[in-house]
Amino acid sequence: MSVQAASPATHHKDHTGARIGMWLFLFTEILLFGGLFLLYSVYRSTFPEDFHYAATHLDTLVGTANTLILLTSSLTVVLAIAALRRNNRKLCTIMLSVTILAGLLFMVNKYFEWHHKFDIGLYPNSKELLRRAPGENLFYGLYFAMTGIHALHVIIGLGVLSVMLWIVAHKPKKTITVGPLQSDRLSLVEDQRGAVWTHEGEGEIAEAVVTLVYKSNEEINDDTWSKLENSGLYWHLVDVIWIFLFPLLYLIT
Amino acid sequence: MKEQQSLSYGSYVLVWLALVVLTSVTVTIAGMHLGALSIATAIFIALIKGSLVVYYFMNLKNEDVMFRVMLLVALVTLTVIMVFTFFDISFR
Repeated sequence: MSVQAASPATHHKDHTGARIGMWLFLFTEILLFGGLFLLYSVYRSTFPEDFHYAATHLDTLVGTANTLILLTSSLTVVLAIAALRRNNRKLCTIMLSVTILAGLLFMVNKYFEWHHKFDIGLYPNSKELLRRAPGENLFYGLYFAMTGIHALHVIIGLGVLSVMLWIVAHKPKKTITVGPLQSDRLSLVEDQRGAVWTHEGEGEIAEAVVTLVYKSNEEINDDTWSKLENSGLYWHLVDVIWIFLFPLLYLIT
Repeated sequence: MKEQQSLSYGSYVLVWLALVVLTSVTVTIAGMHLGALSIATAIFIALIKGSLVVYYFMNLKNEDVMFRVMLLVALVTLTVIMVFTFFDISFR
């Protein structure tokens, strides 16, 4: 009677399915912002002059800078994914770090931008806005809602990418325990470069338990890559939304 | 698992360059005060930029045709909502 050896349990991973799930989630995000864009369009068509005038208070230079920052961060995240595809863990780590720095820079700019608005009395329900034309109040209501929800997405994206950076950069410690040795010759073939670790001992090592700890440098598995790709998809969506927010808010003067 | 294609580093940089050029174009056009035309070009350029990001960076290029169908359904839904709302607004 032959017994079929049970193969090690391989957990089936459907990476295409994971991406479909991510895209479906992104569609809900598109509809969320789509609703805000719809509100914007309707009120803009109702109060074209007010919107036109209100937008003159926005700093096109900061808006353009933030657009370029987000576009660049989209490039670096896609390079990080491509680097991981080629098993270049180091380049992936660098590119992810640059992406996170760019996201932080975006938020710093956003902070100063909002801070300036608040300083000149432009914030939701402020006396200054209530005094102005209704269209201007609506414009700033939409401005804070849209850029605010967008900034929230940037913060969430930064969190997700930071976790991914940790996963990619972190080399798990691997422990191998051998022994007691059956022979006086110990061979390990677990090394990442395929090198054989050997110890030729005399009598005493035969009874020892040897524990070797080393930093694993094993290849990134498909699972990590799939997670990073989905994180990248989210980050790109944040970029795409900004691509539409920027001209509609900053460039209509 | 079917290996998913990935573009070369260089082609991603080219896409980024195109995005940067389009950004400067849209800022320049906005500064020229073309009136009604300026909002149309701004949205048109934003559509091109968004498509570049979705097609190359989000790798729709190498995805199964189903992804395109899903995206189309989402965009058509959004368009229908927009168009019908504007029908309502315009003929009120």
